[in-house]
Amino acid sequence: MPKILNIVETAYRATIEEQDDTVLWLSHMLKNAGADISILLRANAVNYAARGQDASGLSFGEVKMTHPPEIDKDVEKMIQKGIPVYLVKEDAEERGLSDKDLISEIKKVTRQDLPGLIDQHDQVWHW
Amino acid sequence: MASGKTLTIAIMDAPYESANSTTALRIIHAALEKGHNVNVFAYEGAVNLTMKAQQPHPNPVKGTSVEQEQHPTTKDWIASLFKLAGKKSVKLDWVNCGLCVDERGAGDWVEGPRRGGPKDFLDASSASDATLVIPTK
Repeated sequence: MPKILNIVETAYRATIEEQDDTVLWLSHMLKNAGADISILLRANAVNYAARGQDASGLSFGEVKMTHPPEIDKDVEKMIQKGIPVYLVKEDAEERGLSDKDLISEIKKVTRQDLPGLIDQHDQVWHW
Repeated sequence: MASGKTLTIAIMDAPYESANSTTALRIIHAALEKGHNVNVFAYEGAVNLTMKAQQPHPNPVKGTSVEQEQHPTTKDWIASLFKLAGKKSVKLDWVNCGLCVDERGAGDWVEGPRRGGPKDFLDASSASDATLVIPTK
């Protein structure tokens, strides 16, 4: 089984309409199907690890959004499932996200660490 | 109360692929709520927003059924916006670009939208108080 690193860069692309992030969802499904998969959040996607996200309250006419996306909780569930989730430390810092803002189980890596992290995997998928 | 003002919006993004469509629908909702008429020109992938065959689905990651997941569909949101326009006694004129519809085979819509073309967008824009273009990227 190849080790796969899913690099997620594009964030909040259609998360309201989908009620989740489709690449994280796909990763979770692949893990359930037996894949050896890890996630690296970079660029704007580092915000997926920010705790306390709340997208509730949306409605169009009388149709209410009953299950808004909870991306931080989805990331926590993936970690609980055994999916290593990494985050680029500098990308978080540039966006004002400190350790206390992030879910605690996230693995922070520096940009300098990235070649080593990539080298640990057989396949790298950049989304 | 109707304001007598009209906003025209052009959108291009297909459903379930971008936050742009959600943003556009939020703007349309807000404009209708304030009593403004709204013209929409749905171009390219945006013609799929109103397709009647859209269906909610379960979520195997969460282990939820179709009923529990209550997955939204853009066609239901837009149908609700038409109802809101009726309730507010304002006009929502949603034009799906006919050629875009034909090339996508996307002609079966919920009640409300009509078939049109670029000239409809030009006419709507010319007669409106403001025009907003939300392009795809």
